[in-house]
Amino acid sequence: MIEVIDLKKSFNGTEVLKGISTVFEKGKTNLIIGQSGSGKTVFMKCLLGLITPSSGSIRYEGRDYAEFSLEEKRDLRQEMGMVFQGSALFDSKTVEGNVMFPLEMFTKQSQEEMQERVDFVLKRVNLVDAHTKYPAEISGGMQKRVAIARAIVMKPKYLFCDEPNSGLDPKTAILIDNLIQEITEEYQITTVVNTHDMNSVMEIGEKIVFLKDGLKEWEGSSKDIFKTDNKAVSNFVYSSELFKKVRQMYLEERA
Amino acid sequence: MNYLSSIGSYAIMVREVFKKPTKWRIMRSLILKEIDELIYGSMGIIIFISFFIGGVVAIQTALNISNPLIPRNLIGFATRQSVILEFAPTFTSIIMAGKVGSYITSSIGTMRVTEQIDALEVMGVNSLNFLVFPKIVAMMLYPFVVAIAMYVGIFGGWIAGVFGGFSSSADFVEGLQLDFIPFHVTYSFIKSIVFAFIIATVPSYHGYYMKGGALEVGKAATVSFVWTSVVIIILNYVLTQLMLG
Repeated sequence: MIEVIDLKKSFNGTEVLKGISTVFEKGKTNLIIGQSGSGKTVFMKCLLGLITPSSGSIRYEGRDYAEFSLEEKRDLRQEMGMVFQGSALFDSKTVEGNVMFPLEMFTKQSQEEMQERVDFVLKRVNLVDAHTKYPAEISGGMQKRVAIARAIVMKPKYLFCDEPNSGLDPKTAILIDNLIQEITEEYQITTVVNTHDMNSVMEIGEKIVFLKDGLKEWEGSSKDIFKTDNKAVSNFVYSSELFKKVRQMYLEERA
Repeated sequence: MNYLSSIGSYAIMVREVFKKPTKWRIMRSLILKEIDELIYGSMGIIIFISFFIGGVVAIQTALNISNPLIPRNLIGFATRQSVILEFAPTFTSIIMAGKVGSYITSSIGTMRVTEQIDALEVMGVNSLNFLVFPKIVAMMLYPFVVAIAMYVGIFGGWIAGVFGGFSSSADFVEGLQLDFIPFHVTYSFIKSIVFAFIIATVPSYHGYYMKGGALEVGKAATVSFVWTSVVIIILNYVLTQLMLG
């Protein structure tokens, strides 16, 4: 579980995060949504420890990240998996090399044990014929799956995904969403997904945090989002005609 | 103030490079890869340039000694002194700042732009140690490149002097042996080790701390070449004053 308490972050006097408090629960897919510039990426980078907050605290399993020693921070990071927006795969390594990298860096496993684990996670993300290919030789969807495989190879407690569907076709995007949700449930990971994608919100949003201008404007589940009378959320989520109709149908059905 | 801040950031970066080392098994393969890229991959251009620079020095010296009282062995002597003291360590380093330096800046800069450095940090890897340390170690073999540049440069001078009809082989070789001070070679190697460190770290600094996209990677590579050259030229002066002055 990750608990965020009154998190603030400023850059050169400009307040980007203005006091966010929320809880991301274990075994759930937690979504952070909001318009561009709402502070989503900064918020996620604070959670990852890549940016130090100006004030407030982030508690991992009840312990404040700021109180962690350097060694403990390092250990915590090894319990985190991250899927970057652009996948961030190492160009010079093959698919197998990318997935094996954290194992080589942080474990004392033999080559056979590492190979077994890599084969398992690549199979788990439905990539069986791409072991020897380089990132430039595979599609965007496959790159995302490799990034997910690399993120889960160390059996993390926390999985962070920054816009995992950006640049993907709708079908592949749904596959990636489903994969993230399945992995979250299967391994009981605390997953935090930063997204713009409304399909993701509807499909996998067990908990949704809506950010606006650096503040938490609303939070709830994908079911709550149909019923909310929060104008900012409605304007953002139902900006497309399709979603407006879906909402109308849902509300009519409920009535 | 901006320059002072950059010097401070550079010093902090260098300190971080030596902290929290990467596993030796991985570091060893990274070092070997960098030796291949930075040292072995530069041999062709260094040999090519050194050969012709040596030749040009010999020809220009010959053309400037029209006085019959000046001995012809001066061509070999001047070629040796110029190549060992300046051309092999300094001129080669400027070439390396362009070739190797821009490669280092663009490769690290691209990793920054594509979030690969963030990926390393999130995993708990000391990205500076992982990326920069192997380059520093690989560049410590740079004196070998300089030694080859010295040999090839002098050989180029001999070819140009003898086959261009400016000097006999005996005169040239006599000039090479005339008043030879072994410390000059030591001085040259000390300079090359300092320059090697600069060539590995200054471009890394520009790549690691760059901001922006693909266009900025190109700009960072250019800026890095300019600053690496400036630092090499300043240090060349300082080291010469300290060791020969």
